Amino acid sequence: MIHPLLAIDVGWGTTLAIKTVIVLGIVPLTALILGYTFLLKMMSHMQSRLGPMDPGGFHGWFQLIGDGIKFLQKEDIMPGEADRRVFALAPAIVVLSTFLVFVVIPAGPRIRVASLDSVGMFNGVGVFYALAVSSLSVIGVLMAGWASSNKYALLGALRAAAQLIAYELPLVLAVVGVVIQAGTMSLQGIVSFQQHGALFGFSGLGFPLILTQFIGFAIFMVAAQAELTQPPFDMPVAESELVAGYMVEYTGFRFLFFFIGEFGTAFAFAALAATLFLGGWSVPWVHGTAADLLGPFVLFAKVMLVAFLMFWARFTYPRFREDQLQAIAWKWLIPIALFNILLTGVLKVAFT
Amino acid sequence: MTTTDLPSPGDLPEIEVDPAAFRHLADAQVNVELDTGDMVLNIGPQHPATHGTLRLVVRLDGERVVSADPVIGYMHRGYEKLTEFRTYPQITTLINRIDWLSSFANEVPFIHAAEMLMGIEAPPRAQYQRTILTELSRIATFLLFLGEMGLQVGAITPAFYGFRDREYVLNLIEAVTGGRFHPNFNRIGGIKDDLPWGWISECRGVMDKVLRSCDEFDDLVVGNPIFEKRTRSIGIIPQALGAAYGVSGSNLRASGVDWDLRRDGPKYLVYDELDWRVWTHPDGDSFARYWVRLQETRESARMVLQMLDQMPSGPLMAKVPRIIKVPEGEVFVNTENPLGEMAYYVISKGATGPFRTKIRSASFSNVSILPWLLRGAYVPDIITILASLYFILGDIDR
Amino acid sequence: MADVETPAGPALREEAADALRRLQSELGDAIVEDGIAFGDVVVRVQRDVWKRAAEVCKDGLDLDYLSFIAGIDWMPAPAVSEEGSGDTSSPAQPKEQTYGAAGSAGRFQLFAVVESTRRKHWRVILKTDLPDDDARADSWVAVYPGADWHEREAWEMFGFVFDGHPSLRHLYLPSEFEGHPLRKDYPLLAREVKPWPGLVDVEPMPGEAGEGDEAGETA
Repeated sequence: MIHPLLAIDVGWGTTLAIKTVIVLGIVPLTALILGYTFLLKMMSHMQSRLGPMDPGGFHGWFQLIGDGIKFLQKEDIMPGEADRRVFALAPAIVVLSTFLVFVVIPAGPRIRVASLDSVGMFNGVGVFYALAVSSLSVIGVLMAGWASSNKYALLGALRAAAQLIAYELPLVLAVVGVVIQAGTMSLQGIVSFQQHGALFGFSGLGFPLILTQFIGFAIFMVAAQAELTQPPFDMPVAESELVAGYMVEYTGFRFLFFFIGEFGTAFAFAALAATLFLGGWSVPWVHGTAADLLGPFVLFAKVMLVAFLMFWARFTYPRFREDQLQAIAWKWLIPIALFNILLTGVLKVAFT
Repeated sequence: MTTTDLPSPGDLPEIEVDPAAFRHLADAQVNVELDTGDMVLNIGPQHPATHGTLRLVVRLDGERVVSADPVIGYMHRGYEKLTEFRTYPQITTLINRIDWLSSFANEVPFIHAAEMLMGIEAPPRAQYQRTILTELSRIATFLLFLGEMGLQVGAITPAFYGFRDREYVLNLIEAVTGGRFHPNFNRIGGIKDDLPWGWISECRGVMDKVLRSCDEFDDLVVGNPIFEKRTRSIGIIPQALGAAYGVSGSNLRASGVDWDLRRDGPKYLVYDELDWRVWTHPDGDSFARYWVRLQETRESARMVLQMLDQMPSGPLMAKVPRIIKVPEGEVFVNTENPLGEMAYYVISKGATGPFRTKIRSASFSNVSILPWLLRGAYVPDIITILASLYFILGDIDR
Repeated sequence: MADVETPAGPALREEAADALRRLQSELGDAIVEDGIAFGDVVVRVQRDVWKRAAEVCKDGLDLDYLSFIAGIDWMPAPAVSEEGSGDTSSPAQPKEQTYGAAGSAGRFQLFAVVESTRRKHWRVILKTDLPDDDARADSWVAVYPGADWHEREAWEMFGFVFDGHPSLRHLYLPSEFEGHPLRKDYPLLAREVKPWPGLVDVEPMPGEAGEGDEAGETA
């Protein structure tokens, strides 16, 4: 197989190995970057303090890496009455879903880990796959809460399961509007739709779908916030009540998994939002190999923008109570999302 | 939210105290068929939400509380017994530590009781300084409350703003007394030292900062729709029941009871020479308690600014013998401390120390209403209610 | 606002005198004695009207706020150290058993302060005597619900039993605690263990003469 970019002949096994290594490396790296920039630095500055300044010398950039090393060398404590196998497996499942989402996010016209554009009968199912796989983490959360043999953890896990399941629907429905407008479920297809689209005949800026799908974007952001159990939807990990909820019995390496899972998924959802609504890796007038080289950076910039919004909401708002949270999902977000789909469908037919 | 003309208690209709009306009913009784057993949850004594070592044994049915039983005494230091073995100046050091966030305010009623028994009155300048320091302690502890209640409800950021602004006030207190937290500055007959050079203009600057910071809290917390959703109609204390339980201070004023010992009690400091008002709120829920304390912080800052302008010159201590022997008698002094009504009943038999001191602390009564208040509440609401009642463990446990 | 100068000596405030008159008209003979505590009226009632006095206060006198209920032990505390030992750690209290405002029939008294949130300077201090061997009284919980915790504390600290209290159990102290700490014959253990400030251990500086010597002098 000729690698399109490097024009080197590598077998499929080596390609697979390279791609695996890249994904395994990228996910913690993105978690790190997001965590440092937004959680440590942006939050601190918004709270009129500086955040970590010493580790690494320049504004404490080494802080999270140091935290990671610290977690790795901690003693692995398991509660005496915990269900050992389930306890050990739970963080792995949560992180697994993160990795699986990264598999389909395109970072350039030919840079992607797996192309689900023409896999047998699944003609172009990137979006479908991403949303389906991101909901695997619910199982991991439930496993973690149950296996901890701790009332607080169980309470947190049950809250989390209810919340995550409730907010899956608005998430999916918000994306349906995008799919209708772009006409394809493949992520690459959606990106190229936005790149080659035209705004009132002016094709210089492409056609980022956020312009027409702003309702969908808003719902997606709210639902993503809830999927990540971030404030204002962080009842499951309500710090002042349950003290980390379902993660309370986890320490060391396993807690690191949860942490990577949380921030990696934040990056993944932000990347999905950037791809679906902001145009992903594409800049309208750049094509071909240049796009391959520029794509990852463009995507990164857009992801940081979206993540900025998510984390900003995180530090500002108090948390919703569980029943208020459910009411928002079922009584507000789903009807609005359905209305959005209706509107998109009608307008698409009317203007085509 | 600008509510300057709230209805006075006389305008409001009498409400019948029906406990069932104050429960948070779920939309549907989901677990009628799935009969889940009650779960006993132990909140505390080590828990971020309980402001110290308070233990709440709650019986939960799903997420709703069936019964709650506070277990206190983890910090009981036996103050009333200790006071029987100490002289009056030594007791001043002790009682600082009852409510440690506004420690200057704890000394005032006791010192006033001793002065009444001795028949001496502190000179006006000392009274003004005492009042200023009391109001500064009130501002300091309320700023912490304003930040920390947001934290309990889930917003991380207001807590930092509260602590940041509190530092300015604590710096002021430290400049005068030498201690941020336990000043031990009152003496029988007056106070220990005069204000340092430049303190008055510094204080004016800090009070302006405090007023601006209160506006910030208005925007960030009170104006936040999620905060309102979490605190409106949560933990409503009816007027008559609250008074019968002994709930006092901002908690009772938030239920519409227009009663403030600075204005309605016997004179003990210079409040009658200032132009200020008492803030009440008719609702009685957690939001009202937060709102009332926010307004009281502003009011205290304005009072301090007035006092800085009006402060007389003069001596700081009345004529007091070296060894203080307080004549025989009994006196009851209660004052409006930041947490509520703090009272001392001092029985003296002419010795250098009291024969019996009964310390009535505000949080003791405020927390005693919890078993009634928490029935039917959700678990997150427990946290909101605890945060809004604002008790200090040292005040409960003495 | 009425004139509220704190009187130089004991004299009833006019509101307090008014409260006393109303109580006398309601309770009549049940009032054993009344006294003054710096402007406030102290009324000592008989034990069997303790609860009725509370009802009179709450319903008749508009005293809707319960400040506290507590106990007094009038017995002079036994001396911590012998006479003449020079131990000035505790203030020396008089040796005879004297009583305060409104007097007392014996060692134990139960007292309470009730106030009003609706009128200024409207409060009453109620006292009642409890015999040493049978320190019981009626509970106020039906009248003032806040009495619950105060009575638990009074039971725990003094040993007073309250009839009609829902659950008289320990409040501050652990459940296996024995004894009633605020009674005068209950010692302050800290003082028994180590007399203070009496002997002060002065640790000599390293290298100084006197390492291994006994402690320094009394303060």
